[in-house]
Amino acid sequence: MKPAAKVYTALILLFLFAPIAILLVFSFNEAKSLSVFSGFSLYWYKELLRDYETLNSVRNTLLLALSAALLSTIMGTAAAVGIDRLRSRVLRAAMDTVTNIPMINPDIITGISLMLMFVFVGRLFGAATSLSFWTMLIAHVTFCLPYVILQVLPKLRQMDRSLPEAAMDLGCTPLKAFFKVEVPEILPGIVTGLIMAFTLSLDDFVISYFTAGNGFQTLPIRIYNMTKKTVTPKMYALATIIFFVILALLLISNLSDRDDSQILEAERQKSAALN
Amino acid sequence: MKEKRSLRRARVLESLCLAPYSVWAVLFIVVPLLFVAYYAFTDNSFHFTLGNVTRFFTATSKVSGADGLDREVHTYLLIFGRSLKLAVISTAICLLMGYPAAYIIARASDRTQKVMITLIMIPMWMNFLIRTYAWMTILQDTGILNGFLGFFGLGPVHIIGTEAAVVIGMVYDYFPYMILPIYSVMAKMDVKLLEAARDLGCGGLGVLRRVIFPLSLPGVVSGIIMVLIPSISTFYISQKLGNGKFYLIGDAIESQYAANNLHFAAAIAFILMIVLLACMAFMQRFANRRAAV
Repeated sequence: MKPAAKVYTALILLFLFAPIAILLVFSFNEAKSLSVFSGFSLYWYKELLRDYETLNSVRNTLLLALSAALLSTIMGTAAAVGIDRLRSRVLRAAMDTVTNIPMINPDIITGISLMLMFVFVGRLFGAATSLSFWTMLIAHVTFCLPYVILQVLPKLRQMDRSLPEAAMDLGCTPLKAFFKVEVPEILPGIVTGLIMAFTLSLDDFVISYFTAGNGFQTLPIRIYNMTKKTVTPKMYALATIIFFVILALLLISNLSDRDDSQILEAERQKSAALN
Repeated sequence: MKEKRSLRRARVLESLCLAPYSVWAVLFIVVPLLFVAYYAFTDNSFHFTLGNVTRFFTATSKVSGADGLDREVHTYLLIFGRSLKLAVISTAICLLMGYPAAYIIARASDRTQKVMITLIMIPMWMNFLIRTYAWMTILQDTGILNGFLGFFGLGPVHIIGTEAAVVIGMVYDYFPYMILPIYSVMAKMDVKLLEAARDLGCGGLGVLRRVIFPLSLPGVVSGIIMVLIPSISTFYISQKLGNGKFYLIGDAIESQYAANNLHFAAAIAFILMIVLLACMAFMQRFANRRAAV
């Protein structure tokens, strides 16, 4: 890199990380101030651990993210397999379009549209409030699905189609061929999709805001309610913990990605040797 | 015979794979959008009406201008215009900042590329409410920025509660969405093309204008779409960094939802959706035409 390029990237990184660095530093502030650092203390972390409502929302968020990630990964992987085998161009184009909708639509429209439907259907059944954990789960699975599909589809396209066929020729049932031959091949895509779905669900605020019931509060909604009033460094302590969790997840997903490139490299060598 | 049967069974299984998703997509992607249109064109007792949509275009309110005089304005058209303006400014800043950065990263060594892209993605995964709130504490009149400027005997500057603060928030929150698609197009670009252009007498600027930029256009278009759409529809940034003084179209939807005016909220969402679709169709066509040339 040229010096000018180095300075420029450094400035970009400064812009991206300065606010996060400030969060990290002030989470250890002794005083309540978010602009003057008066001394190191873990007081706000202790406060955070005493905040029952926030801890409960963390539990809710994890429960929701885990269920949404698992459901969307299973359904999305199956869907990717189905889409990959589609012969009709029209059907394939229709599938692509529908899958793109939740990704292109602004979150606020996805949220509003699902909320309107839930409220309408709830009213049909005479329910006073139809929004609950289940409506949130549906919403989260819906916006996670496209990301899973888009992670798995390319892996299926890279896979050698004759592999599962060979397995079936050798006596595997189609189901067994799928789990024994195809799944290991596309596993990196499935894992990345799962992690993406999990983090997307963890982080989502807008869609959750519109589809959440009164009883079920996730962490982003809790943060939203906290920032309506003046905020204490307690929230920064929370942010710091989230930051390190995200960092760990990113590192894991990068590692699984590296496995994937090794597999690809091995494949390339194999085909080069064959030729 | 046995092989044929098992192949046929594989076919059936494959179509079964797609069934749950197809049902899900229709129920929870397609039908909800129809509900937006349904609510937008009905009143509280679900009778057909154009009232919600005409309200968007005709509702007026009084705003006191800089000269202290009250002016009559079209409430929602004003809000929509402001959303569009701030989103376009933010997108332009993201593009100007992101394009050179994407170029620099794409030309770096493989290892540096990987590290840089991970670094750029980290803030993206931080909760966007917290990120925005952090900027609020930075930009406050007694915040860190003014403390920093004061240290050098500068300032103080009043940013919080201005349109500039909202733009800073949008740029910060959505910047990675601009850089990533441009980078991924540039990383795939064939270096030989650039060398060939240079060998054939193209200057540095000429290579950029005639080779790099046209080739990177698909990435630029998706970057623009990915920044423009969330910034046009945001509703938290404006509340926090604009001190609630700058209502954006997302705030309008949210406040109608909070007030339980679901039909009007749906009408605003419907109009927003139509405008965005038109924008995207236009952008894609523009990109395709440029690519064809």
